Amino acid sequence: MGPLAIIAIVLACAAVAGVAGRLVKVSALFTLPIAISVVLVSVFTRAGTTVLFTIGPFDATLEGVEFAAQTVVRLFAISTAISLFGMTTDPRAFVLDLERRGLSPRFAFVAAATVEAVPAMAARAATIAAAQRSRGLDTEGSVLARARGFLPLIVPVVLSSLTEVEERSLALEVRAFGRPGRRHLLWAPGDRSWERILRWGLAVVLALLVVARVAGIVPGTA
Amino acid sequence: MLVLRGASYRYAGYAKPAVHDIDLTLADGEIVGLVGANEAGKSTICLVASGLAPASIGGGLTGSLTIDGEPMAGRPVHELAARVAVGFQDPATQRSGIAATVFEEVALGPMNLGLPAAETIARAREALGLLRIGDLAERDPSRLSGGQGQLVAIASLLAMRPRHVVLDEPTAQLDPEGTRLVAEALRSLAGTGTALLVAEQKTDLLDTLCGRVMVVSDGRIVADGPTAEVLGDERLEGWGVEPPSRVRLARLVQARGLDPALVEAGA
Repeated sequence: MGPLAIIAIVLACAAVAGVAGRLVKVSALFTLPIAISVVLVSVFTRAGTTVLFTIGPFDATLEGVEFAAQTVVRLFAISTAISLFGMTTDPRAFVLDLERRGLSPRFAFVAAATVEAVPAMAARAATIAAAQRSRGLDTEGSVLARARGFLPLIVPVVLSSLTEVEERSLALEVRAFGRPGRRHLLWAPGDRSWERILRWGLAVVLALLVVARVAGIVPGTA
Repeated sequence: MLVLRGASYRYAGYAKPAVHDIDLTLADGEIVGLVGANEAGKSTICLVASGLAPASIGGGLTGSLTIDGEPMAGRPVHELAARVAVGFQDPATQRSGIAATVFEEVALGPMNLGLPAAETIARAREALGLLRIGDLAERDPSRLSGGQGQLVAIASLLAMRPRHVVLDEPTAQLDPEGTRLVAEALRSLAGTGTALLVAEQKTDLLDTLCGRVMVVSDGRIVADGPTAEVLGDERLEGWGVEPPSRVRLARLVQARGLDPALVEAGA
């Protein structure tokens, strides 16, 4: 019941945030590859007394189906929770807020730069792919052709990214980024009183659930 | 005042120095131009004059760098940063990559210095105003043109209010209007007593901006003197530097048997 309750709560939150449809799609995409392997492995290899059907030497058991269903639901619950966080939280605001609460500026920079680097690398890869295509590299044909085109694409992307990191680190250093000590941040995300209460409330609930689980009051199965 | 004395610098992993016996003095309020062919050593001199070589990038330096009479050897980069600002050619690699707006990008340096928020905001506004790019304040820095990006990069340096500024081809990606804006900003910065070293290929810019110009060739300073004298030197092209249009026009006029003073007089 636990994972289903989590999914229901997450979906309700996503509906309020207006991202429910996208959340389900993204979460399903994240879950699908693992779910397929889990279903195949669990249904046909998990020992059980109730055999549903047989394919060659493999028996599909009811216990295997139950285990696969539990695992897939758990994976989907984790996926929806993470996706909801990603879809409703501005990563820059999150990192800045962490720094405001005492996180090292260096760590905050690494976290923020990593998030920001993804679209930049995608743009660079697109430019390099266009340049390589103009020189006759096949990047859109069969799977084999794409695989052959991968190396000439990825090497310049990685090398140019490394060069950029070196130059960017120099540019940051000359702007005193390496100075020890706290910075006075210009901006802090809004934090209303009900949000603080909710946050603390959730932390308390989490602690209580952990204690209850350890004490055996709450069962550990779905 | 920033002073380099007998500075020779060797990059890490290289046996030979990239620049040799560099003597350079940047007096308060002075704008010194640095010209030379590609690979002549301009960028290396900029790195050495700013202290980044060897403090940040390693390598070996002989000779000395002093700022306001204090030796800079062994100082951490963040200490150097408060004294010398350095700007590079490519605006894309000068972006922090973490600022959502141009204003935040420009404010990053003062913020890193640990200044109070009000002071940081005042400095960022001032720097944007100096380069007349206040209208870019709310723009995403990753979506600017090359010229706009370079102006933002320079504003980011100016916001730190350094007493010394080293710029390595700051107008390489700027159109004539952007170049003019940068020149105006540098002039007004020099007017506040800031010393500037500007490495440039655009000799027309240096011709109107600098009081003194140095020429670097094969890692050595081969000419150093008043701008008109150095940029009018007959050997300039041999060092791989195109003379400014004023000089070329005067030579053309002279070759046609006319008085080159006509060019100087604007006739």
